[in-house]
Amino acid sequence: MKAFLYFSDFIVPFTMFYIIIYGFFQKTDVYESFLKGVQEGFHIVIKIAPTMIALLVSVGIFRASGALSAVSSLLEPFGGLLHIPAELIPVFIVRIFSSSAAVSFVLDIFKEFGPDSSIGMMVSIMMSCTETVIYTITIYYMSIQIKKTRWTLPGALFTTIAGAVASVIITNIII
Amino acid sequence: MLNILWIVMMAGGIIFASFQGTMGAVTETFIDSSTEAVNLCIFMLGVIGVWNGMMEIAVDSGLMEKIAFYMSPLIHWLFPDIPKGHKANEYIAANMAANILGLGWAATPAGLKAMKELQSMNDVGHKECASDMMCSFLVINISSLQLIPINMIAYRSQYGSVNPAAVVFPAICATLISTLAGILFIKGMRIIKRKSRRKY
Repeated sequence: MKAFLYFSDFIVPFTMFYIIIYGFFQKTDVYESFLKGVQEGFHIVIKIAPTMIALLVSVGIFRASGALSAVSSLLEPFGGLLHIPAELIPVFIVRIFSSSAAVSFVLDIFKEFGPDSSIGMMVSIMMSCTETVIYTITIYYMSIQIKKTRWTLPGALFTTIAGAVASVIITNIII
Repeated sequence: MLNILWIVMMAGGIIFASFQGTMGAVTETFIDSSTEAVNLCIFMLGVIGVWNGMMEIAVDSGLMEKIAFYMSPLIHWLFPDIPKGHKANEYIAANMAANILGLGWAATPAGLKAMKELQSMNDVGHKECASDMMCSFLVINISSLQLIPINMIAYRSQYGSVNPAAVVFPAICATLISTLAGILFIKGMRIIKRKSRRKY
C-alpha cells in the first residue's frame, strides 16, 4: 500500500528535523551534543561486535550444514496451523531470549529470501515490535532480588505473541 | 542461555554436516560469516552513530524530559495504584520516554530505579514476590515501545532492500498493537483481582 510507504519515508527525516529544531530553540549546543552521541553510539556497536561475530558464525554454520532447514521443516506443521512461514518460528523463539541471536537469524533470512520478500518484511516488523522477554525480566527482577515473578511472564508473552501475529497480518495487508 | 544456544548451533551444525557431507560449506561459512559480521559492524558504526547523535540532542535539549512530562497522565492511568507525586511515576515516565526513542542505555537505569521504588511499596507480603505494579510495569515495558526501528532499517539496507525504511510505519502499527495487548492484559488482571477480592 502506498500510504504505508509514504509515512514510512516521512518519519525518520521528520524526527531528525524536529529534534534538531527543538534543540536549536532550547539553545542547546546541537552540534556538540551530536558528536557526543556519535561517540556513545560507537561504544554501543563495539560492545556488541564480538556477540555479532559469535552469532553470525554459529547461525551461518547451522544453516550451511543443513541443520536449520531440517529444524524449519520439523516446524512446518506448526507454522501451517498458525498460517505463518516455518522460518519465522525459530526467530520468534530465539527473540524471547536474545536480541542479537535473533538478529543473526533475521540476517540469515534476509540472505535467503531478501529483506523485501514477504517473510523478510514479516521478521523486520516482528523484530521491531517485540522485546527480549526473558532478558528484561531477569535484569529487572534481579536488581531487587525478586524470585517469584507471578504474572509477568504470561503477560509479557501475551504482548509478544500479539506483536508477532500483528506483524504477519500487517505484512499480508501491505504485500 | 546463549551459551547453550551457541554450543548447540556450532557443535550441532558440525555434527549434522558430517552426516550430510556439507563440511566444505561449513568451513567456507565460518570465513564468510566472520567477515560479514565485521563488515556489518563497520556499517552499523555509521548508522547507530548518527542516530545516537540525534538522540543525544533529544536528551541534552530536554526533549526526552518533555516527552516524559507529557506522559504522566497516561502513566497515572496505566498504574493507578502508584500514589500521585511518588518518585516511581517519574522513573517510569523516564524509562518509557527513553524506550519510545529507542535508547536502551537510558531506559534501563531509569527502569531499575523505578523497580526499586516499586519494591519499597511492595504490598504482597514478602519481598521476594513481585507486586501487581511490578508485573504491570514490566508487561508494558516488554510490549515494546520503540517507535523507530533504526537497527532494522540499517540491516535491511545492508542486505540490499530497495526501500529499507518501508518497515517504519508497519512497525509503528505493530508496536501499538502489542502495547495495546499489554494494556488489555494488565487492565484485565486488575479486574480479575478486584472480583476475587469481592468474593472473600
